[in-house]
Amino acid sequence: MMNARESVEQVGEFVLSSVDGLGRFFNFLLEFFYWLLKPPYRIRNIFAEIYFVGNKSVFIIFLAGSFTGMVVAYQTYFGFQLINVDSLVGPVVALSLAKELAPVLSGLIVAGRAGAAMAAQIGTMKVTEQVDALEVMGISPVHYLAVPKIIAGTIALPLLTILFQFVGNVGSWVVGTKVFVIDEALYLSKVSEFMYMEDIYQGVIKSFFFGFIVASIGTYFGFQVKNGAEGVGQGTNLAVVWGMITVLVLDYFLTSALVRIL
Amino acid sequence: MSDENAIEISGLTKMFGKQTVLDSLSFDVKKGSITTILGFSGAGKSTLLKHILGLVRPTKGSISVLGRDLAKLKPVELMAFRRNFGMLFQYAALFDYMSAFDNVAFPIREFLKDSEQMVEQKVKDLLESVGITEMSFYKLPSELSGGMRKRVGLARALALSPSIMLYDEPTTGLDPITTNMVNELIADTAHKNKGMTSIIISHDVKASLKISDYVAFLDKGKIVEYLPVHEFEKSSNPYVRKFLDL
Repeated sequence: MMNARESVEQVGEFVLSSVDGLGRFFNFLLEFFYWLLKPPYRIRNIFAEIYFVGNKSVFIIFLAGSFTGMVVAYQTYFGFQLINVDSLVGPVVALSLAKELAPVLSGLIVAGRAGAAMAAQIGTMKVTEQVDALEVMGISPVHYLAVPKIIAGTIALPLLTILFQFVGNVGSWVVGTKVFVIDEALYLSKVSEFMYMEDIYQGVIKSFFFGFIVASIGTYFGFQVKNGAEGVGQGTNLAVVWGMITVLVLDYFLTSALVRIL
Repeated sequence: MSDENAIEISGLTKMFGKQTVLDSLSFDVKKGSITTILGFSGAGKSTLLKHILGLVRPTKGSISVLGRDLAKLKPVELMAFRRNFGMLFQYAALFDYMSAFDNVAFPIREFLKDSEQMVEQKVKDLLESVGITEMSFYKLPSELSGGMRKRVGLARALALSPSIMLYDEPTTGLDPITTNMVNELIADTAHKNKGMTSIIISHDVKASLKISDYVAFLDKGKIVEYLPVHEFEKSSNPYVRKFLDL
């Protein structure tokens, strides 16, 4: 059985390794910002990454968005019907999607798909010495690999969030007006009555931060990979776990800031 | 620094935690020579190579390459300075998402302002010089054999005409015929690029004796023998003899 001293030592080790890891991550971000504006800009690589993060996530965002909108409309309808405000299903779903569901779920999906892929790609390059090859050629791996991916994440996630909102609202509209037979004109008029552009801005602003952090974490854990294939698996796993946790934690702080600003 | 030397290492010590990997190591590499560093696994050969490239900072001691003290270079200067090196990695380290052609074109496109037509010509010449035929130009590394990957890796390393060429265990994992081919390619590359300094990290005693001008033997972080190849063969150092007589 573990004695008190061992327990304290373990806590101490955990704290030290967490601070060390956080320090290394911030160093990595500093290096990213250092290289961000340095030429060459490798526009082609940035577009290729946007295509990978954005375009290749469209189908999954389409599915997730439409079914999320439909499910939330379904649940909301049964609650609201009890107090006879079922005409408010549209605005409730639209607001939920705009402010929270679209940016957070898109962030989680991108963390699981693109964040993991970024960590796996860079991790594999690390263990097969491709990252060393870049360094030996006098090319910064952060400049060549991380900068385009992080820029792409920051640009692509807001676009995916807007798509998520759109298809989610279409799903909600289908369930509300076709399944529960809410009057179409009433549905739309209530949405336009309660929805403001600020609500959409809130979600889109959040998604910029989520895109940045998910791509940063994915690339960071890629560069931390050691010990062959097992290390690549661990790095990918850490990228997904920390990417998702960070999206949820950051969401709280961004929400508390944005409700005051907007 | 003497004009005769491409690399001068003095009192180099590297410690990882409490473990001493390189221990007060001193030696010079002559310009234009082929120098092989032999040693058992874990002797510190790869760590030494990383120091020469400036990828690792020494705990103590200094390294001068082509007259520049690496410790005095800022990280960005060091990055630019590394363009003086070409390196053939153990498993070639080709970018796996690029064809053989694009791998070789990569450093040229990154650093030289050549037109795409010139890039094409240079890459073609480089690939042909290492024995890659046009049929394999657009194959991915995964579609190439180990020997062919090494050839493409060598062509990429030579793309910017480096002053110093480094080979990290170039024949590891290859069959005897391909090993022979890679060794001939190294000797041929040094012969074609007069003035280029070559450093080979290897376990391969036979090949080292065949293609090198100088051989150093590294054991437990120290250079225990460093001699011209014909003298190295006759060395009476017990560590060296153990290795040579295997």
